[in-house]
Order: sequence, then structure tokens, then C-alpha cells
Amino acid sequence: MAYSEKAKVFYDNELKSIRGAGLFKEERYIESPQSSTIVVEYPPGAEPKEVINLCANNYLGLSSHPAVLDAARCGLETRGYGMSSVRFICGTQDTHRELEQKLTVFLGTEDTVLFPSCMEANAGLFEVLLDKEDAMIADRLVHASIVDGMRLCKAQLFNYKHSNMAHLEEKLQETQSCRLRLIITDGVFSMDGDLAKLDQICDLADKYDAMVMVDDSHATGFVGKTGRGTHEYCGVMGRIDAITTTLGKALGGAAGGCVSGRKEIVELCRQRARPYLFSNTVPPVVVAASIRVIDLISSSTDRRDTLEKNTLYFREKMTQAGFDIKEGFHPIVPIMLYNAKLAQDFSRDLFAEGIYVVGFFFPVVAQGQARIRTQISANHTKAQLDKAIAAFTKIGAKYSILGKKKEEIVAMYGL
Amino acid sequence: MTEDVKKLIIEYIKREYLDEDSKEEITESTKLISSGIVDSFSMVSLKTFLEKKFNIKIPDEKATPEAFDSVTNIMNLLQQFVPS
Repeated sequence: MAYSEKAKVFYDNELKSIRGAGLFKEERYIESPQSSTIVVEYPPGAEPKEVINLCANNYLGLSSHPAVLDAARCGLETRGYGMSSVRFICGTQDTHRELEQKLTVFLGTEDTVLFPSCMEANAGLFEVLLDKEDAMIADRLVHASIVDGMRLCKAQLFNYKHSNMAHLEEKLQETQSCRLRLIITDGVFSMDGDLAKLDQICDLADKYDAMVMVDDSHATGFVGKTGRGTHEYCGVMGRIDAITTTLGKALGGAAGGCVSGRKEIVELCRQRARPYLFSNTVPPVVVAASIRVIDLISSSTDRRDTLEKNTLYFREKMTQAGFDIKEGFHPIVPIMLYNAKLAQDFSRDLFAEGIYVVGFFFPVVAQGQARIRTQISANHTKAQLDKAIAAFTKIGAKYSILGKKKEEIVAMYGL
Repeated sequence: MTEDVKKLIIEYIKREYLDEDSKEEITESTKLISSGIVDSFSMVSLKTFLEKKFNIKIPDEKATPEAFDSVTNIMNLLQQFVPS
């Protein structure tokens, strides 16, 4: 047998070390559709319990929206379940092209190509665009999928301090001799909910003849006045050369991603991006539902406006309750606890109160920056938000952290 | 490896990885990677700096997080590539 005792012991030790480091990830079984409340069996075998969900990327509340479900059913009936093919053999339906055209119009770009996920869009993009004579200049806090994509690319890698424009400019000066240069950033950074300074980044790109790529997964559909994304918020629509984003968060939340941008860049992805070439096509049912999502959010800003109102309310009330939260206006609202064990204990106690959140700590966030990352949805009712705020306040009082800032919390619990 | 080289590396680490208003002190034994001051993604800047400064090529298999985890470790790594 090829799976030897040596291999088994080796893998078992790896798992033990993950557990030992407190990094073992457990899945919690949800016995309901995704929504602002969900039914969770946790721990495994426990009686399923309804809890308020404050950790989904379901920003617009479209994951289980009736119109989206109808569109999905219709897609299933008219275009089938699977395509059993990659795109370029026999996996492109008229609806794939329709969705790509709608995304192009929505994002204000020249063309769009779908990928099975944004992770795969990021995995494929860089090696298509750049070679060893070129440079990638990335923000230090870009998403892991971008880091992986850059590793697959032969271009020289540079990175700059998070959102530090002076440091980015230094790197642009340092790389003047490279053939092509691409500045790479998230639109919204997923742990803090802060936005890239895309206006300044685009100005620097113009000054130093560099291109700009943005992963806008935590923005598409709701950031900016009409929800087009971080480029709309920063007033740089039409100036971003490549946007990658996902259908798996605000836009229905099932699966799929895309590269959208300059038409030559998109066409080269169709010709050469390996995750596009060698993965199955996005399922027809996802495409049909996503078309409906784009129609819904193009015709009305009601859902992103409600999300904005909910976010503002939650941020205000949590601040008044005395929590140390990262400032901003994004529906990612990090509740800072600094200590990893405190973040874990706090989230466990909240679950007992009927609130589902997750603690994040090193190495997912920097050392000493442990937090509970809450995420607000347009689907949350005021009553649900009030219940969550009350539960947070109760547990915050239990750990005596209300009204305390970093130094005081660290003095009590350590880093 | 001289004191000058050590100073050069410490100055680079401060400039490249710490915020302008940071009060953090970097000494030859300060843990860089395992403390989170430099993450494995950002480490590439340090590697490129050393390669350019000393006109060397550090192979990827030698550029491990352990080898970059302190200025002392980095000096030890450099000794393998820089002619004395």
C-alpha cells in the first residue's frame, strides 16, 4: 500500500501541530438557507438553534432572495444543470455572454470574462499579463488569492506598506527600468474594511506609466453611490485596467468570479488564463441567477442604501456601547479585542446568546490585532441588530472591556 | 560581516517595514518573521535588497523564514554568499 505508516504519521503530526497552535478550523453545520438568521447545529450533534448571522458576505441579502431563486429555477429549466465542459469547447451558453456583457456595463469597463471563482481569476490574471521583465507592485495586505496568483507569475515582485502612497511611489521609482508594471491592491481590505486610495493610486500610475489592478470582491454591488465598487467611490471609473471580483459575496453568493477591464487584457485571459482554460464553466443556474442580480441592483439602489443605513446604525450603537471598533463606513465592522483567547471566548459566549460571529487572530490578522469581524447585511432588521448589540454589550460587560481602548484591554488580557 | 553591514540591514528593516511613527526597536536578535514584523509575503523586499546591495543571488531554498527571522540569522545567511 502506497499510503505508508510513515506518511500517515507525518500527516497526523501536521494536524497535531495545527491543533497545538490553536489554528484548527472547525465547520459548523447550517441547516437553513443563508440569511440574516440561520439554523446552526453546533457543536456537532447539538440541537439545531436559530441564531443571528453576523459573519456572512451576504451584504445585499440576495443569497436567498425570492427573485434570485426564481431566476435560478428558470435557468435550471431552460439551460440545464451542468455543461460538462470548459468554456472554449462546448461550455459557453448565450447566457454566459449575456452576464459578461451586463457585468461590463455595471462595472464601467470594456469587457469581462467569467471565472469559476475570484480566487481563480486572481490565480490566472498575473501570469497572463506579466513576464520576468515586468514588475508587480502590491499592497502588503492583499488577499491570499492574489499572493498565490503572484507566486505563479514570473514577474519581479515588490510590495509597499499598507495604503502608504509614499512607499508605493518609492517602489514605482525603483522599478522604472521594468518593461511593464502593475500596481495590485484590494479595493476593500477584508479584515479591516478599509478602502484602497484608488484616486491617489491611479494618479501615481499615470505619473509613472504603470497599470492598476483591483480585487473588488468586498465592494462590488454596494460600495459607491450606485454600488459599482471602490472605483466609483474614489471617482476613478474607467481608470482601472483590470478589476477582479466575485459573484460569491454580495451578488447572490453562490459561486463565480470575473476579470473585467481593458479589452486586450480580458481577451488575453480568454486565450491564456489557465484556471479559465482548464476549469469547468460557471454552472448555468448560477449564471441565470447572477443576471437577475445585476438587473436588480442596476435598476435600484434600495438594497445598498439599506445596507448603508444598517451599517451606520450598528457602528453608531456599538461605539456608544463602548466597543473599540475600526472606524469607517464599510459593512465589515471589526470589534477589536487584541487578545486571541479573548476573541475566541467572546465569540463562543455570543453564540450562546444567539449571535453567530467568528474571532480572527494571528496569523489571519497581525499579531496583537485579534478581533471579532462582524459583517452587516441589507437583510438585517433593526430588531436583529438591536438584539446583537444587546448581546455584545452583555458579553462586553462580562469581560469588563466596555469603554476601554487598546492599552487597557491589553493590560487586562495581554496580547 | 562588519558592524556597518548590521547597521545597514537594521536601517533597511526599519524604513521598509515599520511605520514612520513606530517606536519599535530593532536589534540583531529581534524576531522579524515569527513576531509578525515581517510576513512571508513582505520578506521578498528584504531578499531583493540584500541581493542588489551585495550583488548576490540567494536561492529560494535558502531564503526560508528561519533564515530571515533576525538580523543575526540574515548575517549568517549572507556569509554563505558574500566573499569575505
